[in-house]
Amino acid sequence: MKRFLIAAAMVAALVGCSTQPSAPVDDQSTTGTPAADTAPGTTTSGTTTSGLSGAATGTGTMNALKDPNSVLSKRSVYFEYDSFVVEDKYKPQIEAHARYLSGNKTARITLQGNTDERGSREYNIALGQKRAEAVKRVLVLMGAQDVVIETISYGKEKPRRDGHDEAAWAENRRVDIVYFGE
Amino acid sequence: MHRSFRHAIAFVALVFFTLATARAQLTIEIVGGAGTAVPIAIVPFDGEPAGPAGISSVVGADLTRSGLFKLVGTEGIVPRPSRIEDVQAAAWRARGADAVVVGSARPQADGRVEVRFALVDVVKQTPLVAMVYTVTPAQFRATAHKIADVIYEKMTGDPGVFSTRIAYITKQGSRFQLLVADADGTDPQVIVTSNEPLLSPRWSPDGTRIAYVSFESKKPVVYVQNLASGARAAVANFRGSNSSPAWSPDGRTLAVTLTKDGGSQLYLMNADGSNPQRVMSSSGIDTEAMFMPDGKSVLFTSDRGGSPQIYRLTLGSGAVERLTFDGSYNVSPRPFPDGRGFAFVRRDGSRFQIAVQDFASRQVQVLTTGPLDESPSVAPNGKLILYANEVGGRGILAAVSSDGRVKQRLVAPATDVREPAWGPFPRP
Repeated sequence: MKRFLIAAAMVAALVGCSTQPSAPVDDQSTTGTPAADTAPGTTTSGTTTSGLSGAATGTGTMNALKDPNSVLSKRSVYFEYDSFVVEDKYKPQIEAHARYLSGNKTARITLQGNTDERGSREYNIALGQKRAEAVKRVLVLMGAQDVVIETISYGKEKPRRDGHDEAAWAENRRVDIVYFGE
Repeated sequence: MHRSFRHAIAFVALVFFTLATARAQLTIEIVGGAGTAVPIAIVPFDGEPAGPAGISSVVGADLTRSGLFKLVGTEGIVPRPSRIEDVQAAAWRARGADAVVVGSARPQADGRVEVRFALVDVVKQTPLVAMVYTVTPAQFRATAHKIADVIYEKMTGDPGVFSTRIAYITKQGSRFQLLVADADGTDPQVIVTSNEPLLSPRWSPDGTRIAYVSFESKKPVVYVQNLASGARAAVANFRGSNSSPAWSPDGRTLAVTLTKDGGSQLYLMNADGSNPQRVMSSSGIDTEAMFMPDGKSVLFTSDRGGSPQIYRLTLGSGAVERLTFDGSYNVSPRPFPDGRGFAFVRRDGSRFQIAVQDFASRQVQVLTTGPLDESPSVAPNGKLILYANEVGGRGILAAVSSDGRVKQRLVAPATDVREPAWGPFPRP
């Protein structure tokens, strides 16, 4: 596994060098986030916004993503405590998504990192981010374009499973692959 | 303790029904005292409304809550003194009081009220301070907090924080709210409501704005919101995650953690979000920046050494120094206002605890027992640390004095409370 990771890191570095550096990573709001300013008023504000909804792409290709028999329906990569190492067993799943992204040039994904409830909220945002970036490195190694992948982190803020035991924690140490329009 | 808890619940229920509001009002309970609390008598002010609406009862509640004072009964002293010259020192000494507060509230022709108070040292038999305020009845509470601040400073030598405000986040079901309330928990105002998580509220140094992180667009984005107008702007909404805002002492600069260039790294930007500049380059996580009071350096958390530890970056030279060495998890540094040390969270086995470290001696003092203590916020006088913990699976706020002796619990009914942030001293 270690060898795989080192190879992944090396190829990721090479791919990073060869892609055009003009990717829009420096722009504010490249992900179609809603307008920042809400209605004024002292005790603002029903800020619930739609976020990623809308803008569905071709339905034919979306079905492959939803087909429960397809490996593409596997969307979660799990991690050990305090770790951001992508285990080998997730390789086929990540490879399938890399292939899908290569074959569907309009597809965009967000990798959402998550952590268990232990520790600093802000540090956990960074830890979840590191997990999302680790999955991204593997995707890019396997042929996905850097620019179609955004990595973000929920830290420990959105546990999929409530509870204070290892079963809940293991479920929450996770990166989810979410396609734009889902 | 049980009785005071029931008491607190009854009080909260009363507030809820009278205000007919679903806001999460915090009530503060003392769970551990200083042991050497100063006995003080607060005589009901002549002419003030009776009961909890009175100025003197708010002053008494403030001082008691600090854990540094205990109230001496005032019943049966006839006539009730309201001026310095009426205070019979011997009678108060016989009740065990070291100090006595007297005062009055006199309506003026213009509808305002003249509030006078005096603090008398009955041991030395000398007046310590006397002041007069002309206010509207709606300002009684605020005036009482000011009086408590004056008494606290006279008696302890440190400025009081009874006139300050706190911010915190509540979670009820899937609804998150950012609230601002007086330091005693009263008058909670909802600043933001969202169905996605909110975190990291940070007061601007002048108390007019709050920076925070909202996930409302399905990713962490840093906003700055003006408290008076409610207007806000996304100041960091870059590709990736935007988190952990911190204000410079002059309020012009924000430190934030961005991932736009890969990895969680520290940036400084103007407070409106313009001109973000990466401050250094590291291979690991750098986050949780906090400016030192002189603005010349920032404390931050990094895993560059293999485990999360606290470091200091000097902004002029770029020099980085590791500050914590004991244990494998030391995070969330919060400098004290005197610049001599910082509060932080440490993990001991599986327990997360609040601790303080002195810069000069590197001595660490653990203040709390955990198990899930997090998000410390130091009061502007440096004497109390507000933090979040969990009791019975529910998030509550707690406070501990920076010497570890006084402990308070801030409870809101049926709500998860987290992410406390103590606001600055009010500007005159």
